[in-house]
Amino acid sequence: MSEFVSFKIDGKQCMGRAGEFIAEAAERNNIYIPTLCNYKGTAPKAACRVCTVKVNGRMMTSCSTPLQEGMEIENETAEIQDIRSGIIELLFAEGNHLCPSCEKGGSCELQALGYRFRMMVPRFPYLFPVREIDASHPKLIKDHNRCILCKRCVRVMKDENGHSLFAFYKRGTKLEIAIAPELADKITDEVAQQAMDVCPTGALLKKRKGWDVPVGKRMYDMKPIGSEFEQVK
Amino acid sequence: MDILLDILAENGYISDEDITSLAAGLDMSSADVEQTVSFYHFFARKPMAKYNVYLNSSAIAVLKGREKIATAFERESGCSFGKVSEDGMISLDDCADIGMADQEPAALINGIVFPNLTAFRVKELVRDMRKGLSVDELRSHGLGDGMNNSEYMKATVTNNIRKKGAVIFSEYQGGSALEKVKADRMSQEQLIDLVKQSGLRGRGGAGFPTAMKWDFCRKAKGEKKYIFCNADEGEPGTFKDRVILTERPRLIFDGMALAGYAVGAEEGILYVRYEYMYMKEYLESILTEMRKEKALGKDASGIKGFNFDIRIQYGAGAYVCGEESALIESAEGKRGEPRDRPPFPVEKGYLGMPTAVNNVETLCSVAKLVTNGVEWFKSLGTGQSTGTKLLSISGDVKYPGVYEVEWGFSINDILEMSGGDPAAVQAVQVGGPSGSCVGPNEFERIVSYEDIATGGAMMVIGEDHDLLQDVVLNFTEFFIDESCGSCSTCRALTVMYKKTLEKVLSGDGRRKDIDAMLSWAPIGKASRCGLGQTAMNPICTSIKNFRYLYEGHIKNANEQYEGGFDIAKAVADSCEVVGRRPNL
Ligand SMILES: Cc1cc2nc3c(=O)[nH]c(=O)nc-3n(C[C@H](O)[C@H](O)[C@H](O)COP(=O)(O)O)c2cc1C
Ligand code: SF4
Ligand code: SF4
Ligand code: SF4
Ligand code: FES
Repeated sequence: MSEFVSFKIDGKQCMGRAGEFIAEAAERNNIYIPTLCNYKGTAPKAACRVCTVKVNGRMMTSCSTPLQEGMEIENETAEIQDIRSGIIELLFAEGNHLCPSCEKGGSCELQALGYRFRMMVPRFPYLFPVREIDASHPKLIKDHNRCILCKRCVRVMKDENGHSLFAFYKRGTKLEIAIAPELADKITDEVAQQAMDVCPTGALLKKRKGWDVPVGKRMYDMKPIGSEFEQVK
Repeated sequence: MDILLDILAENGYISDEDITSLAAGLDMSSADVEQTVSFYHFFARKPMAKYNVYLNSSAIAVLKGREKIATAFERESGCSFGKVSEDGMISLDDCADIGMADQEPAALINGIVFPNLTAFRVKELVRDMRKGLSVDELRSHGLGDGMNNSEYMKATVTNNIRKKGAVIFSEYQGGSALEKVKADRMSQEQLIDLVKQSGLRGRGGAGFPTAMKWDFCRKAKGEKKYIFCNADEGEPGTFKDRVILTERPRLIFDGMALAGYAVGAEEGILYVRYEYMYMKEYLESILTEMRKEKALGKDASGIKGFNFDIRIQYGAGAYVCGEESALIESAEGKRGEPRDRPPFPVEKGYLGMPTAVNNVETLCSVAKLVTNGVEWFKSLGTGQSTGTKLLSISGDVKYPGVYEVEWGFSINDILEMSGGDPAAVQAVQVGGPSGSCVGPNEFERIVSYEDIATGGAMMVIGEDHDLLQDVVLNFTEFFIDESCGSCSTCRALTVMYKKTLEKVLSGDGRRKDIDAMLSWAPIGKASRCGLGQTAMNPICTSIKNFRYLYEGHIKNANEQYEGGFDIAKAVADSCEVVGRRPNL
C-alpha cells in the first residue's frame, strides 16, 4: 500500500495516495476537476488539456500528474477556469458540432462541459472544416466532424493481442482517427457499442441504433457533468 | 525507423506491401506502422518521381527569393507544387526549414541538399535531371568548403564560419578530453562536479544546467542508461549544429562519451535530422576510426570498466522531434509525440530507462572544458552565462553564417559583426520562431541567459519586407504544420491565430482582434511541450513590439460589429441561381 500524503486544492486540505493522479485524488476528496480525454482505468494521454491545474505555480494536467506530498493545487481560479472554457470553445470551433441533430446529445461530455462552462459563442472563429463521415464499416460510423482527437478509442479499444482497433494517422490539423484495416472484422455490434460508449463525443456511433433514450432523459440532461462529486460536499 | 529509411532510400516511397510486411515482422497491426509512417514529412506513401524536389518554404527562404525559384522549377519541369511531372521524372513539394538559412533558397533533391539556388541553376538542374544524371552527378560541380568536400560527403553546402571562438572552433586533438579523465582518475561524481563548477547550461534553447541533468540521470534507477545527442536542429534559422557536425564531429563524440561516463551509460545515440542525410557516411567513418582507436567499445579510451559505443539515428522530417521526449519516441520507432512530464527522460527515457538528452553544442562545450579546465571556461562569457555561443545569423546581412562569440553581446553587436545596416533593419528574430521578434528600440539588449536567451538563431529582417505577411504569418504556419496535434491547445489554437492574423491583414480586422490574440496566450501555455507553449510568440511578440503594423491594417474603427463577413459575397451564389442582383 502506498503512503498517504496531504495536499491542498484551492486551500482545502485533502488526503490522497502518493503517486496516484491528481484528478483521481481530487474526486475522492469530492472536488471536481473537469476532464475530457481521460478514461478511468487507462493510462492518461493528456491530450485535451481541460484538466489543467496549477501545481505549486506551474501549469500541469491533473489527469497525468502524480500526486506528491504538500502539493498546493489551484483548481477553480479565474485564470484556470478561463483557460478551460477557452479549450472547450476551441474544440467546438475546430470541428462541426450541431448538437440538436447529434445522436450523442445529452450524453456527450463535450456538450456537457460546454453547458458547465456556460459557453454561449466561442471566442474563436469557427473553422467549418470539411471533414468526412465515414460509414464504410458495417457496424460503426465514424464522424470526423465531431472527433476531438482525444485518443480514447486508440487507448481503450484493443483486441486480445493488445493491438489497437483504432489508430491516429498523420499529424497536426490533418490528424485523424482510423480503424485498423485488418482488425476491422473484430468490431462486432457489441464492440461498436463499447466504442461508442468510450468516445466522449458523437464521433463513433453504432450503426442501426438511435434515439433509444429520448433527448431530455439522457445522462447530462438530468444532472450536470461533475455534479456527482460536488453533491457530496 | 531505420527500416523505413532504408526502404525510402531504396524505392523512394513506402508501399502498402512494405507496411504490411513490416507490421507482420514486428507483431504490430498495419495501422500501427501507418501511424508512425504518416507522422513524418519525408515518408512518401505514393510512388514519387525519379527526382523528388523539396523546396524550402521558411521565412528566410522567402526573404531570399524563394518564389522566383519556385516559379523557375514549375516552368522548367512543367509541373506544379504537390504534383509529379507527366513523364514521372520530377516531383515538386514544399518543406519546412532545412538548416540552410545562410544559403537560401535551398532544396532537397532525393535527400541531398542543393543550396544557393538561382533561376539559372534550376534550369541546369532540371536539364540534367531530364538527361537522367544521378543525384551525385547533379551536385558534382561546386563542392563546399572544409570537410564538405571530403570524399564521404561531397556536399555543395558551405560552412560559412565567420568567426571562430575559443570553445567550439578552436583546435581540438581527438580523444584529449577522455585522456584527461583517465589521467586524473576522475570519478563520475568528479566529472559532474567539474561541469557544475563551469556553470554550463544547455545550448539547445531551454538553458537547463547540464550538470544537474546528468546528476539526476546518474542517480536514477535503471538497468541501463542512455545518452542522446540532439542534432535534430529543426528551429528555422538555426544551422550551427550542421557546421559542428561537419567540422568537429570528434568533439561531439568525445562529449557524448563524457556524458556516457558521467551518467553510467553504455550506449550513446546521435539523433540527426533527415535533412543532414548527406553527412551519414562521413559521420559513420569517424565512428569507425574511433572504434579502431579503441576510443569506443570495451574499456573505451583505456578507462577500465567503461564500455561505451555510439550509434546514429536519423529522423524523417518533423520539427517536434527535437523536443527531447519526442526525440526518444522517434528513436524508439514511434510517432514523434512528446511525452507528458513527469516522468522526465532522466528518470524514464529511451526504452523506459534513464536518459540524458543534450544539444550538440552543449556536449562539445563539455569536452573542451574538461580538456582546458574550468577556470579557463569560466573566464569566457558573463556571470550566469559562461563560455561561448554559436550564432546562426541569416537574413538581410552581408555575411550570413556561423559566429562563435562569448556570451554578453548586444543585438547591435551582432548586426555590426555580420554586416547588417542598423538603419535598414526592421526587426531581428532572436531564437527562431519560438523566440521573440524585437525592434530597433531593443537592439541594446544583451543576449544571455539573464536577458534574452537564444538557441542561436538570429534572423535579420530588412525594412523592405512585409514583416507580418512574410515572417509572422510564415512562422505561424510553420507551427501549424509541425504541431504533432496531440494537444487541442496547440493543434487548434495555432489555426485560430492564423485565421485572425489573416483577417487583420485582409483589412477586415478590428482593434479587438489584436487584443484577443494577446489574450489567448495563456491557453496555448497549457500545451504539453514547448512547441505549443511558444507557438503564439511570433504574433504576440510582434504585437508587443510592432503594434503599429497591425493597427495600420485596421480600416474600420467600429468595435461593435464583427469584421470579416461580407454579405454581398455570402449571397452571391444564391443570387446567381435566382438571377438577381443583391439590393444591399
Ligand atoms: C518543439 C521543440 C523543438 C526542439 N528542437 C531542438 C533541437 O532541434 N535541438 C536541440 O538541441 N534542442 C531542441 N529542443 C530542446 C530539447 O527539448 C532539449 O531541451 C535539449 O535538447 C536539451 O539539450 P541541452 O540541455 O543541451 O540544451 C526543442 C524543444 C522543443 C519544445
Ligand atoms: S459530439 Fe457532442 S458537442 Fe458535438 S454535436 Fe454531438 S453532442 Fe454536440
Ligand atoms: S473518435 Fe471519439 S474517442 Fe476516438 S479520438 Fe475521436 S473523439 Fe476521441
Ligand atoms: S504542444 Fe503541440 S507539438 Fe507539443 S505535444 Fe502538444 S500538440 Fe504536440
Ligand atoms: S483530461 Fe487531462 S488532459 Fe484531457
